[in-house]
Amino acid sequence: MSAFRLLLAATLAVALTFLTLPVVAIFVDTSPGDLIGSLGDGAARDALLLSLETTAIAVAVIVAVGTPAAWLLATRAFRGKAVVVTLVELPLVLPPAVAGIGLLASVGPQGILGGVVGDSLVLQTAGVVVALTFVAAPFYLRQAQAAFASIDPALLEASRTLGAGEARTFGRVAVPIAMPGLAAGLALAWGRALGEFGATLMFAGSFRGVTQTVPLAIYDQFATDFPAALALSAVLVCVSAALLLSVKLVTGAGPLGVAAR
Amino acid sequence: MRRLAAAALAMVVVAAGCGGGDDDGTVTVSAAASLKTALTEYGESFDGAAVRLSFAGSDELAAQIRKGVRPDVFAAANTKLPDALYDEGLVEKPVAFAGNRLVIAVPARSDIRTVDDLARRGVKLAIGSASVPVGEYTRTVVARLGAARGDAILANVRSEEPDVKGVVGKVDQGAVDAGFVYVTDVVATDGKLRVIELPARLQPTVAYGVAVVKGAHNPEAADRFVDGLVAGDGARILRDAGFEKPR
Repeated sequence: MSAFRLLLAATLAVALTFLTLPVVAIFVDTSPGDLIGSLGDGAARDALLLSLETTAIAVAVIVAVGTPAAWLLATRAFRGKAVVVTLVELPLVLPPAVAGIGLLASVGPQGILGGVVGDSLVLQTAGVVVALTFVAAPFYLRQAQAAFASIDPALLEASRTLGAGEARTFGRVAVPIAMPGLAAGLALAWGRALGEFGATLMFAGSFRGVTQTVPLAIYDQFATDFPAALALSAVLVCVSAALLLSVKLVTGAGPLGVAAR
Repeated sequence: MRRLAAAALAMVVVAAGCGGGDDDGTVTVSAAASLKTALTEYGESFDGAAVRLSFAGSDELAAQIRKGVRPDVFAAANTKLPDALYDEGLVEKPVAFAGNRLVIAVPARSDIRTVDDLARRGVKLAIGSASVPVGEYTRTVVARLGAARGDAILANVRSEEPDVKGVVGKVDQGAVDAGFVYVTDVVATDGKLRVIELPARLQPTVAYGVAVVKGAHNPEAADRFVDGLVAGDGARILRDAGFEKPR
């Protein structure tokens, strides 16, 4: 083995250790009994249900709006397209605190749309959904756009020659072909939404059963009951992993087929 | 290739050096969020050592110390947490260094006038979570109001924040109509928020405790930092910011 191959192997080993150690530690310190036991705690259960509910709604909105939007971005060339794509992807690189401030400044009670929305979002479950949608949507849009762009144009052309309109081509040809990529984007967006903390705390606050999602409940428990916080973290890891895996299985992307184009 | 490996090795060595070598001239202070303005000013004027400050809810900072984080100084918004860490052998003997008053903060043009107004239907409140000192003081006040008024006030709570700055932010942004905070937090908003004082019989004793953490990298400077808080530049800056003498 050459020195370079050795170096490659060493870097992978370093990366793997660094990235898995915290996750492994969560499970080393948590017995399966603690994991089940943590679900007996009312606050933890409320947080888990709220997280599932709000992330499901956010992801549904993201897919419903994002899929056609990504199709348009992938199939049309227009002036300023690069700018539009950049703007849509911008939340990807925003720190959560900036997202929280931005949401307050835009759709908070004193924000630029404050006259319209008032306090219907801030400190409400709907506000959690808005925060999750804002931070997670770019993950889906980006992936979906790439998936549509990589479809062989000849297939779409054939569909049109055979008399299908654009809507039919999109629904019957493009979406099924792009499905593995769309699923990967959905899984990424869902995972990001499940983990959202900062923007949610700043915009939606923290109240049990209304706005306290699992990450907020973990932070709340950290100070008083570290084992409980650890157990709830383990539950969140399991739920996230199960969601990602089932999304990939259901849509046929294969359990290991990450981001298939 | 060999040069690349050497560079990588050098980076590791430098990184390791950075991690351990700050015991000359830096004092690391974990402090309650409500101390932010005052301690930042004190830290900038502190002689002989650079002061590195980290602010959060006192309960979060205590939890970090219990999990092995070792700042040089721990300053909390109560005496309970430093005392508990002292009993656990994690910090030196704590000392009370400041007092504060719990008040109701409202926007400057609010129609809320008294604590009773907080029990009205439709009023929205933010308070500290149960484990952070400001949240504990708030619950003490609410308990002293009796079951009927206390329950009506708690029913109006819309957010339980991890530290007092979160409560201030929620009032400041108009997300809620009022919040329980320290009087010094309202002073720091420069007139954006207004104080509603609590009647004396409801006022809890708010005392701040500080301790040098055992195993401090820089115990000499940590001691001096604490001394200055008790009687010195730190104490003077705290009084200017509206903190009281410890009771």
